[in-house]
Amino acid sequence: MKSNLDHAALAEQFNKDEDRVDWHDGALWWIRQKRDRSANQTPQWEELREAASAIKSNVISNLHDYLLQFEANLKKNGVKVYWAADAEEHNQIIYNILSDKNINQMVKSKSMLTEECHLNEYLADRGIDVINSDLGEYIQQIDNEPPSHIVLPCIHKKKEEIGELFHEHLGTEKGLSDPTLLTRVARQHLRNVFMTRRAALTGVNFAVAETGEYVVCTNEGNADMGAHLCDVQIASMGLEKIIPERKHLGVFLRLLARSAIGQPITIYSSHFRKPRPGQEMHLILVDKGRSDLLARPDFRESLKCIKCGGCMNTCPVYRKSGGLSYHNTISGPIGAILAPNLDMKKHADLPFASTLCGSCSNVCPVKIPIHDQLYKWRQVIVKEGYSASRKTLSMKAMALTLSSPEIYKTAGKTGRWILNHAPFAINNKFNPWYKQRDMPDSPKQSFSEWYSKNGTKGLSNNDKKHN
Amino acid sequence: MSSRDSILAAVFKNQPPLTALPDISGFKVPEEDVVEKYKNTFSGIGGQVYSAGNIKAIIDHIRANFDTGKRIVSTLPALSEVSEFCSASVEPHSFEDVELAIIEARLAVAENGAVWLTEEVMGHRIIPYISQHLAVVVNESVIVSTMHEAYAKIADEEYGFGGFIGGPSKTADIEQALVLGAHGPLSMTVYLIK
Repeated sequence: MKSNLDHAALAEQFNKDEDRVDWHDGALWWIRQKRDRSANQTPQWEELREAASAIKSNVISNLHDYLLQFEANLKKNGVKVYWAADAEEHNQIIYNILSDKNINQMVKSKSMLTEECHLNEYLADRGIDVINSDLGEYIQQIDNEPPSHIVLPCIHKKKEEIGELFHEHLGTEKGLSDPTLLTRVARQHLRNVFMTRRAALTGVNFAVAETGEYVVCTNEGNADMGAHLCDVQIASMGLEKIIPERKHLGVFLRLLARSAIGQPITIYSSHFRKPRPGQEMHLILVDKGRSDLLARPDFRESLKCIKCGGCMNTCPVYRKSGGLSYHNTISGPIGAILAPNLDMKKHADLPFASTLCGSCSNVCPVKIPIHDQLYKWRQVIVKEGYSASRKTLSMKAMALTLSSPEIYKTAGKTGRWILNHAPFAINNKFNPWYKQRDMPDSPKQSFSEWYSKNGTKGLSNNDKKHN
Repeated sequence: MSSRDSILAAVFKNQPPLTALPDISGFKVPEEDVVEKYKNTFSGIGGQVYSAGNIKAIIDHIRANFDTGKRIVSTLPALSEVSEFCSASVEPHSFEDVELAIIEARLAVAENGAVWLTEEVMGHRIIPYISQHLAVVVNESVIVSTMHEAYAKIADEEYGFGGFIGGPSKTADIEQALVLGAHGPLSMTVYLIK
């Protein structure tokens, strides 16, 4: 799924099927409501968010030392440590680990980082087959599509479409679409995968500097099935996953699953510290733009993200445009503030895919001011000359109109006249604002025209009292 | 310069001035009956909880509710009449056919239903994940209220591998329909003893 279309164009494709948009919107809003119920039942929820945010602030401000401490403890625990500056180096390290052992098949649990690095494609080109074991990611993989949501990778797919994919790839009966039956088929198929893979890769949710352990959270148990059955266990993590001490896990594990899907904790929170006898453990610390992001004061707080996906579930734009319209591994509001740091030109459209309503910031468990960063990215992008030319032109016209009272008045009058007498001049296919929108009735006069005619006589007694 | 050194140098140069870690000792312990709370939470997330009271009652329950003709493993010597002892020194793949594993938890958390297990009590790391059904014996005295208390207890614990497990494995990846039994156990039973 590679295209050069921007978010608006991809969202337009998604919006063609109105029933599907409503269904998608409703599914995500339901998860948002579950999050609310769960948060409301947790005493001191806001204090927890504060604490998590402050711990992550400390991490960002002391990352250098924490990384050294984590590395030293990993080595003490018998884990082999690697550092990768970018995706290429990350992928190459993994290829070398596997090819040294003549391994040509690996099973992987959910890791957005390896998705971002296009690890599967890199290894496939070199004769190594990777299977994603998270059910949602597995479904996306057999459909040759990236995940549309970081927690719910195939939230945009209907069960009938998944049934069709299983019919094609796993030989299930045509028309089978019952979620329980499909899950059982995948369970059986992937058990055989787990039993036969000598190498398994996991992502990392939290890495504890103090102890050199890392924690992987899943609901399905796929990370553990892969890790405990393999001879070679590999973990990939971004630098920002560090937390200082084990006790801080208490704060983050209370927040993560509640914010993600309204569950009190993920079913599995596995603390990996040492390889089991006879097993090798490798851990790769990946920069990939994170050290650059540290240098941007306006945006560095996005490094606090714990990948709960809460901002996506609540975002009106995400819910109605679908994750794939963000053309980035991490979609939604958080993706829209992380992506421009990596490639401003390619992702110039993403910070504009928002109404700036602020709902994302309100649910964020680590209190990243997401909507504020979206707004600030817009300014950087326009200043650097990466915004779409149509947007720049209309912004200039608006700046001129708003800077002169005379032009403003004339423009208002003209606009109202057109809306009332020739609406087709505005409501046509050349004006993107009218896609999926109905026309409002235009007022006959502007507020200042009305006010100069009516003065205070139009106000109710109540209003006058307050004056 | 190696990637390690250049990454560390860039991080050192770009990180903002040091901010202090917050004090997290202020999270209150709710005044509640943790055993009742645990039962409610755990059944709410799809687990089954039985106030067994003693080992004899657990054995009776296992005989009545699980297929004892299939392989049952445990690290609890008291359960040897219904289970075989599992050891860490065998190949993990050999546990593929385990129907039921019974393990005793180090502690359990009332706010989320999770139990804390380390590899010593698991017998083998793979056991609680590969078995078709998981049963965990929880002494009521090890139930704590929140995750903060749980980590206060395990703060200095040495382990190679440990995990919280909070119910049967689950997925809702297909149209948000909850399905118990994704890759791990299809069910999880907690036996409370005193």
